[in-house]
Amino acid sequence: MSLLEVSGLSIRYAGAAVVNDISFTVDEGESVGIVGESGSGKSQTALALLGLLPKQADVSGSVKLGGEEIIGATEQALNKLRARRVGIVFQDTMQALNPYMQIGKQVRQVLLQHQLAAGDAADRRVMEMLRRVGLPDPERQFRAYPHQLSGGMRQRVMLASALIAEPDLLIADEPTTALDVTVQAQILELLEDIRDNTALLLITHDLGIVAGRCERMLVFEKGRLVDAGPTTSLFASPGHAHTRALLDVAPRIDRGTFPAPIKASTILSVEAAEVVYEAGGSAQLRAVIDVDLSLRKGETLAVVGESGSGKSSLVRAILGLIPMHSGRVVYAGEALDGPVETRSIAQKRDFQLVYQDPVAALNPQMRVQSIVGEPLSVHEPSLSSQERIARVITTLQKVGLDDNYLRRYPHQLSGGQAQRVAIARALILEPSVLVCDEAVAALDGSVRAQVLALLRTEQNKTGLSIIFISHDLAVVRSISHRVLVMYMGHLVEFADCEKIFAAPRHPYTRALLDAVPVPDPVVSVRVAPLKGEVGSLLSPPSGCVFHPRCGYAKEICSERAPEPRDVGGSRVACHRADDIELTPQHP
Amino acid sequence: MLRYTLLRLLGAIPTLLLVIVLAFLMVHAAPGGPFDDERVLPADVEANIAKAYHLDESLPKQFVRYMSGLLRGDLGPSYRYRDHTVSELIRSGFPLSLQLGAMAITLALLAGVSAGTVAALRQDSLLDRVIMSFAMTGISIPVFVIAPVLVLLLAVKVHWLPAGWSGSAGAAKFVLPVFTLALPQIAYIARLTRASMIDVLGRDFIRTARAQGLSTSTLVRVHALKPAMLPVLSYMGPAIAAILTGSVVVEEVFGIPGLGQFFVRGALNRDYTLVLGIVIFYATLIVFLNLLVDILYGVIDPRVRYK
Amino acid sequence: MNLAGNRTVAVSSSILLFVTMLAVVGPWISPHEYLTTDFSRILLAPAATNMQFFGTDDLGRDLFVRTMLGIRVTLLIAVVASMVSLVIGVAYGAIAGYVGGRVDAVMMRFVDTLYALPFIFLVILLMVAFESNFFLIFVAIGAINWLDMARIVRGQTLSLREREFVEAARLIGVSTPRIILRHIAPNMLGIVVVYLTLTIPQAILVESFLSFLGLGIQEPQTSLGALVDAGVNQMEGASWMLLIPATLLALILMCFNFLGDGLRDVFDARRKS
Ligand SMILES: Nc1ncnc2c1ncn2[C@@H]1O[C@H](COP(=O)(O)OP(=O)(O)O)[C@@H](O)[C@H]1O
Ligand code: SF4
Ligand SMILES: [Mg+2]
Repeated sequence: MSLLEVSGLSIRYAGAAVVNDISFTVDEGESVGIVGESGSGKSQTALALLGLLPKQADVSGSVKLGGEEIIGATEQALNKLRARRVGIVFQDTMQALNPYMQIGKQVRQVLLQHQLAAGDAADRRVMEMLRRVGLPDPERQFRAYPHQLSGGMRQRVMLASALIAEPDLLIADEPTTALDVTVQAQILELLEDIRDNTALLLITHDLGIVAGRCERMLVFEKGRLVDAGPTTSLFASPGHAHTRALLDVAPRIDRGTFPAPIKASTILSVEAAEVVYEAGGSAQLRAVIDVDLSLRKGETLAVVGESGSGKSSLVRAILGLIPMHSGRVVYAGEALDGPVETRSIAQKRDFQLVYQDPVAALNPQMRVQSIVGEPLSVHEPSLSSQERIARVITTLQKVGLDDNYLRRYPHQLSGGQAQRVAIARALILEPSVLVCDEAVAALDGSVRAQVLALLRTEQNKTGLSIIFISHDLAVVRSISHRVLVMYMGHLVEFADCEKIFAAPRHPYTRALLDAVPVPDPVVSVRVAPLKGEVGSLLSPPSGCVFHPRCGYAKEICSERAPEPRDVGGSRVACHRADDIELTPQHP
Repeated sequence: MLRYTLLRLLGAIPTLLLVIVLAFLMVHAAPGGPFDDERVLPADVEANIAKAYHLDESLPKQFVRYMSGLLRGDLGPSYRYRDHTVSELIRSGFPLSLQLGAMAITLALLAGVSAGTVAALRQDSLLDRVIMSFAMTGISIPVFVIAPVLVLLLAVKVHWLPAGWSGSAGAAKFVLPVFTLALPQIAYIARLTRASMIDVLGRDFIRTARAQGLSTSTLVRVHALKPAMLPVLSYMGPAIAAILTGSVVVEEVFGIPGLGQFFVRGALNRDYTLVLGIVIFYATLIVFLNLLVDILYGVIDPRVRYK
Repeated sequence: MNLAGNRTVAVSSSILLFVTMLAVVGPWISPHEYLTTDFSRILLAPAATNMQFFGTDDLGRDLFVRTMLGIRVTLLIAVVASMVSLVIGVAYGAIAGYVGGRVDAVMMRFVDTLYALPFIFLVILLMVAFESNFFLIFVAIGAINWLDMARIVRGQTLSLREREFVEAARLIGVSTPRIILRHIAPNMLGIVVVYLTLTIPQAILVESFLSFLGLGIQEPQTSLGALVDAGVNQMEGASWMLLIPATLLALILMCFNFLGDGLRDVFDARRKS
């Protein structure tokens, strides 16, 4: 008998099935991955396993955990199973932990509820658990509130609460999606170390994670289980076309040709850019510190780094959306400064921006035709409305949407469609620089591939220059000509794409590369994750800001900040750039 | 936390000063003096009265005099109750008003929070609809309508409860006034509690707690109640102001010799010093209760406290 | 679309419309005058004869006509005062929210200070110090109600200003007035309408409270609050004098509250879909 036996599970809302006749099993101690695009029913299935679906859900089929039926069980019966036999961790830990309660108490509540310990004994067990999940200084952190912890630390707390009652099965629903790659690697490693003989059901959209971590995998498509089997064999020979398609669009950091470097002239150059935010009182937060960059015509320049590294601040200051504290921006031979409102109409026309969340970037009260047409009414007011609509239709076609979309409102679009509309709005004026701030991060694999292809086509046709902000190095590898790596506001490395990926010069670049999971169980190797987390920008480390996490740090590193310099054709800010050998795992 | 409290405390001072100046100016800018509608007095008598009440001094001088009295807890003599100072009148009327108000706010919190929580836990059930219909009725009927109508129905028509204050003994005389005062607040708090409880129960951390096997009652007690009470807590300031306002009507309708009655009588008789004194007294009370609410908010919500 | 919300809106607005119409045409079709006293016909119970549907008061005046006039006065004051607070509140809130920074901090600090004031008592003081008149009542109600509107509009403006679609418009080069008109205002309309609807019953409450205390509308003018006050004095002998205006007042307040709730449901549902 398997630990978990799901058979014929279906979940309907108002008659529409979101999960359709799904059957699978999980054995004791086994690790099973569930992959699928957003909306394929992964999370709904996970919630059903704990009897956590909302009242409106119409559930049928059977879920047996250690022989006990979950579907239709009373709340009392379920409460005996939850945490004791099956624990769960969620993606968004800021929401999933109670913001009004100390984290230690939240973990302790599990022990109290199931009468596993009480009083001091309970507190001791909680501290012990917090220590095991790697929370520094558990005695003090016991009393911390969730908002005082980083995302990685919060996920550790979630794990502690899910595992403290020693369940037989742990469900992890996208546990690392909201985290940076280096922290993701830490959490995945922790998950592996700590679960002992607890079976793991790991839900993710990232095939790389499944490839490295799960013995078996299940592929979901539109509420159906379309493929299942041992991970190695499914990756080698997918049983279903959808699995094949997922694999095809999964970006890989370990293969594919590098885009050839662009030789054209520089159109945009930035020198010594600084961005400073007021951080309450007299405190100042330096988000971008002394960054230089240049962008060539027809080139894609990627800006990568973990969240908070200053990527967005840098480009937003260039665009004039926030003040640039100091530094010089030159575009086409002219200085580009001041807020966007004060720039010339031609300069406004030449720079456009695409955001991560397409829905937030579109006015909910406007129809697609007005959204895409608005730049024209500003920049070419002489156009008649027929001419304008005609231009809108042509541009929509360019991004793969037909004129059926003209009269739609943003809420009537899918995420991918909305992002195309946002791109159409950015392209309709034929700008020369397009800034994409995590523009594909929220999209599913297939849609992301289409959007990337679209950008590439546009670039080839018109010589568009693109600044492509991303935290996903595998995506960056496939489309960018040059890459700028940032850490805590500093430029750490700036080089051709091939150099960055094949011969990184900075220890941080190398660590980032190694942390990216490869969607292939054969080549996937596990590297010891980078230790620690990004420090506070309000009190940055002395010397090289990376030194507390750097495996190569020497004495000088904590004393003097390294200046960026040219080493073998790369611009690197590291004292040891020319005396250490850094070959990434997947050159 | 201490810093937060001190900051709030400092913030209350300008508000209080503003009230005092506004109120003082309003009274002193009034056309005509306080004794205008009495029989015509000989000029010298009038001058004497003016002198006795310092009305012959310049406005700034009067203000300084008033402020220095205020700091000593002296609000000056009443124009109408000639043998009493305003402070004495407040001291004699306030305890009863306080008693009524405290009972009303306690009742409102208990009944409102329970009704709202029950409605939220049984969302869309018949019980929920009944509670919410009552609540909607409750917030829509002003105190000055409830008070006389209840008197008419329960005291005049069927004699279940005493209609007035004097003469009737025991707890029965409290029932109608307290209930009348509390009713709109019960309704409002029930609506607030229901909305915020539904909101909180829908949040992700409640799902986490359910996934940990917490029973519904533990869930509400340990996780949901505190955040769900935040909007109710914020409403306590306005609620207290509303109860003070309501007490003016209730004391008038039921003939209760509290501060509210002094206030209405004072207002109708143009007893400027009395009205001014009571306004300042109420303002201080409200400002400080608001302060208390703010501090409590900081205690409950860690994110406010650490800002 | 939210059906329950729509139904609430439909029912409550129909009732309000009906009551308003009645208040407008009622006195006009009735043969009685609101001022005419008739001491041979005092304290008569409601009857269809002689078209005295609501009876007469202690001065023999026709209560139907007086009540209709009271509704007119009550609604007029509430609607005009709410409009005043709408204009002040929206302008103040929009400026604070859009300009932001220090200006916003100062402007909102002022609102916070006013917020903590026991306004109703100051208003009573105002009414005591000066003779009560229509203008003062507007001022009093407006002074209380614009604060809420200003806070809401400011909060909305502030968050909308930071929204990405507004930023995208700035980048394109859309002018500030056009951004406010095309991007900010339409997204704020729903919530402003809801709060306007909820401001009206607030205003009615203040006006009728003052009139009830004898500090608002003065004889021979009347309003629902003043009628309730008169009714209380006669309630033992002539309960209709209390019950009729009290019921109408509660009905009107309830309809506005339901209307606001319903509108909120409708807008919420639209936002979520
Ligand atoms: N408006 C702001 N006020 C204060 N700090 C900010 C503001 N916007 C961003 N920051 C801070 O600046 C740092 C860099 O942020 P950002 O440029 O968004 O980084 P990235 O795009 O690489 O994630 C972060 O620590 C962030 O919290
Ligand atoms: S300067 Fe030192 S600490 Fe910084 S990256 Fe280089 S080796 Fe590491
Ligand atoms: Mg960013």
